[in-house]
Amino acid sequence: KFSHLKSYFESTDSPEHFLQNTKYNAGDADVFLSTKMAAPLTLLFIVAITIRAVLFRSSLADLITERVEVVSPLNAWKRVVEGLALLDLGVSPYAGDVFHETPLMIYFFHFVIDYAEIVFMVSAVCIVFLLQFRKQKYALEGDRYPLDCLELIRTPREMLYIPLKVAMFYLLNPFTILSCVAKSTCGLNNAVIALFILSTIKGSALMSAIFLALATYQSIYPLTLFAPALLYLLQRLYIPVNWRRPSFWLFTTQYVFMYLGSLAVMVCLSFFLLNSWDFLTSVYGFILSVPDLTPNIGLFWYFFAEMFEHFRLFFICVFQINVFFYTIPLSIKLKEHPVFLIFMQIAIISIFKSYPTVGDIALYMAFLPAWNHLYRFLRNIFLVSVVLLACSALFPVLWHLWIYAGSANSNFYYAITLLFNVAQILLVSDYFYAYLRREHHLTHGLYLKRKDGSEATLVLK
Amino acid sequence: MAAFRSNIFMLAFFLCGFSVFVTGDVQTNQMNVAETVFIDNVPTTETDASPPSVTEQSQTAEEKRLWEGTEVGTNLADGASDNKVDHVHDTMQATDAPPSPPAKDQTQRFAFDERIWEATNVEINLVEDAPPIRDKEADEADHVLDTMQTQDFPPPSTAKDQFQEELVIKPLHSGDIYASFQFRTQWDTDFLLGSKVSHYRLFPKSLGQVISKFSVRELHISFTQGYWRTMQWGQPFLPSPPGAELWVWFQDTVTDVDLAWKELTNVLSGIFCASLNFIDSTNTVQPSASFKPLGVGNVTDQRFLRYAVLPREIVCTENLTPWKKLLPCGSKAGLAVLMKSEKLFHSSFHSQALHIRPVCKDWQCKSTSWELRQTLNVVFDLHTSGQGKREWSLFKMFSRTLTEACPLASSSKVYVDITDNPQGELFELSPATPLVSQAVVLGDGRTYSVYDLTDHATFGQTHSLNVLLRWRAAESGEMLRPLLHGERYVAGYGLQTGEIHTLVYNNHPYRAFPVLLLDTVPWYLRLYIHTLTVTSKGRDNKPSYIHYQPSKDRLQPHLLEMLIQLPPNSVTEVTVQFERALLKWTEYTPDPNHGFYVGSSVISALVPSVVAMDTNNTQERPLFSSFFPCKEESTYFMRIYTEPLLVNLPTPDFSMPYNVICLTCTVVAVGYGSLYNLLTRTFQVEEPSQGLAKRLANIIRRLRGVPLLT
Repeated sequence: KFSHLKSYFESTDSPEHFLQNTKYNAGDADVFLSTKMAAPLTLLFIVAITIRAVLFRSSLADLITERVEVVSPLNAWKRVVEGLALLDLGVSPYAGDVFHETPLMIYFFHFVIDYAEIVFMVSAVCIVFLLQFRKQKYALEGDRYPLDCLELIRTPREMLYIPLKVAMFYLLNPFTILSCVAKSTCGLNNAVIALFILSTIKGSALMSAIFLALATYQSIYPLTLFAPALLYLLQRLYIPVNWRRPSFWLFTTQYVFMYLGSLAVMVCLSFFLLNSWDFLTSVYGFILSVPDLTPNIGLFWYFFAEMFEHFRLFFICVFQINVFFYTIPLSIKLKEHPVFLIFMQIAIISIFKSYPTVGDIALYMAFLPAWNHLYRFLRNIFLVSVVLLACSALFPVLWHLWIYAGSANSNFYYAITLLFNVAQILLVSDYFYAYLRREHHLTHGLYLKRKDGSEATLVLK
Repeated sequence: MAAFRSNIFMLAFFLCGFSVFVTGDVQTNQMNVAETVFIDNVPTTETDASPPSVTEQSQTAEEKRLWEGTEVGTNLADGASDNKVDHVHDTMQATDAPPSPPAKDQTQRFAFDERIWEATNVEINLVEDAPPIRDKEADEADHVLDTMQTQDFPPPSTAKDQFQEELVIKPLHSGDIYASFQFRTQWDTDFLLGSKVSHYRLFPKSLGQVISKFSVRELHISFTQGYWRTMQWGQPFLPSPPGAELWVWFQDTVTDVDLAWKELTNVLSGIFCASLNFIDSTNTVQPSASFKPLGVGNVTDQRFLRYAVLPREIVCTENLTPWKKLLPCGSKAGLAVLMKSEKLFHSSFHSQALHIRPVCKDWQCKSTSWELRQTLNVVFDLHTSGQGKREWSLFKMFSRTLTEACPLASSSKVYVDITDNPQGELFELSPATPLVSQAVVLGDGRTYSVYDLTDHATFGQTHSLNVLLRWRAAESGEMLRPLLHGERYVAGYGLQTGEIHTLVYNNHPYRAFPVLLLDTVPWYLRLYIHTLTVTSKGRDNKPSYIHYQPSKDRLQPHLLEMLIQLPPNSVTEVTVQFERALLKWTEYTPDPNHGFYVGSSVISALVPSVVAMDTNNTQERPLFSSFFPCKEESTYFMRIYTEPLLVNLPTPDFSMPYNVICLTCTVVAVGYGSLYNLLTRTFQVEEPSQGLAKRLANIIRRLRGVPLLT
């Protein structure tokens, strides 16, 4: 019945459709910046910055800086300062196993060390600006969908409020605030990823490649964002993902070269800054081989603290491959929806990476308001939210019991990290489910009927 | 009785077959005398071993020592010397090499044989060292003679190797008593010229082989049980940190120092029955300034230095026994008879050390000889060892008395510190001794009563020496506070972070001096060097030199060396923060909640002398000598060790590996499963499944060929 629509929907590479889309987007962004949204956004920024400034000045800042949930060995501010101190002493920061930032980062902080708080606040705000420009295309397609699907499609008015919601979700998220107050460099990595998303959505292949390379250079894992970026740029240029089309290969090769080229430039620049390749093992070797088992909210630390020595390499490989593993199947499944693919990839990275912090979670959570049209299909959002909230509250409690009071042991904290990760996995897979289901409804109609005319239920088969 | 000592050991050597000692006062009829003395000696021996067994034991010890590495069999003992030996002996007599004793009997002849044996093992290249001598005697000399001449020349009076032993007893102000043994073996040989030194006399062969195999230039090893309480006891003669400490300078010819170090630690571990094999790259450092060579030589490139401390090492009998075996007399004669482990380890402090270094052969220092110094320091507690009574004697301390010097020793002395007791008003020392010695020890002039064990008069009528100190006063005088003193502790609570505080005291009233502070911290305490603060008198005291080597996880420890200027009369506090790492479950010690040891800080300093500090000197001195402080005594080198630290680390649950692997893998599988589910399946409208009855009916209908029910 809806086959004509489906066929139309699949051919999203038709030029007119996208032209329309982009025009609308640009106009919408202008509208948002110029008129209605300015006042609440400004208010939001003031509130957010005030909260951060107050926390920076309070005695809580030291406490937050030490929290293992907020800082990891990779991005702790204490370690950045240590790296700079080592540099001052004439010792290579990579001579020891404390500093794991990239050389460009250390030189960046070498100059802005005195303004670190401002840098972190500005980066937090920037991320919000950068995330503003993500637009949904669905609003335009209302007339082409089955009538009963109209309620699935967001009105331009709803769309208008998305940037504000995203801003609120990111700036007022306690995870972001903690991460910012702890001066975790995770915030800067998030900013780089946000820049990458912005430039990708703006359609600038070169900038997108450069920022993707920078993000990869900072922490390997954003490598998996290569696929969605390529898909998005191909879509924008109306190049179908088709193995037989030379235009597809041409653009892919271009993008790969831009990406690898800028990555090579950054790595070589790092080499010339310190005149040694030590940073490769100290940064990437450290990320991949997980030698530091400091507790965090991830799955790695306790697993590898308790691992049998002869299985260690095997499980490290399994766990690291796990992060990259989903890229290809997800790209195939979501090749029409690269923005959602970006969200999925970021979420998977932040769950399965070796040293996750709450800052990583905050980044993918900032996307959630953009998917507010999926709420009706989420199956267990209430349960997941409650578990996430409870775990967040229990982290410090059980940490205290284990480390300070001595009345609990490591298993308590470990149990909470497990639960927290299960909740995250459920959250992400729930959104994935909802997204797929909405797509299904968009093509097949919202109120499906069985053959016998009774109300049908959808199942995955 | 005059020849008592020499006769006793001459007898021993006669029995064992050959002797190495040629003393000038050997009597021709010594055999008879020896036997009579032997009989006389029976009732006088206080030791629990009967005299024949004593002699036998020392004889076996000698045999063991002297026959190492030689093929001279017991047939020599029967006097059946072969032609070669005789020939060599004759040629040697023909020359005028060492001044021969007037009378040459069988024993002496064996002694010469022995010497020649040593000489024959020396490679020819040694000969080139003394060409003039060779020219002079070229006509009659064969290689054997040449080498022997070269070895024994010049001063013929000094032996090629010599052994000295001494014991210093120092009453401490706390009422405890400090006994310090030192045994020094010096040998004019070169282990490293490429030639294989295979004959050993006094020098222990096991160590000689270690030196030549690993090209060791200096080796310092100490095993210590207990902590030296500087504030109560003053300075020790030779400081050592609790646990085991090993530092080695290798020759600059060593190419792979790390490999040599690894092998050396394992070999030493075997020699001393200690856990030195636990020394690996995670506790080895190369200090840049704190440990300079103590012997001659000018190589100070830290690449050839390795330093390691095992603060956890427990020192006990099994370490003492191999250590005693390295002594020429073992524990059979001389001062070493006092070293009975049941007493030595029933003490507040026990430290045994061994130092090998090249020293100058003579005052011109044209050639070097090897010095082996074995020291043993022990502090007996007033209350546990002395039952609270201030009365000490050798017997009370060691449950032994001295009956003889080690026959192989060229000097054997017992010193008792009587500096605080010049007129005997503080304690009474018996037996009295006429010998008094003065020495400047650690910047302080000290006076000692000396008992010379090589002198028979020392042993008196009872043939045994039991030095007795009996206090007259209930309290000893005030102790001068040690000028330099260090303390260390860990601050903070919880298992996440902490702070190491090191306090260095300069108690000198008006002089500032610099100290070198060396800290070695294991990698699992992650130091943050930017948190390093050094404060003196409430003000920031910036170190003038910092050498920091950060740690590598599971590879190398932190090394922090600082040169700090200590203001006069001040406490300097050095703090640095650290973070406690969570280790892999297999990296914890069997008792993880006991904690992890961090080795002592080492504070090395040139400390102003107490002598120089003495401005209002009441002692009678010429006025012209007392205006400027005496320069050569104005500073002295001092090294002190702080307490080792015991730090707790967070621990995982050691019973959980299977559970953790299962649970974490489950979570990953949940993630994988749910994504796989969504990736591979598609949404479909669920068709209601038929009831069981209907399905059964349809199967029957299908068999019958009847249209199916819908």
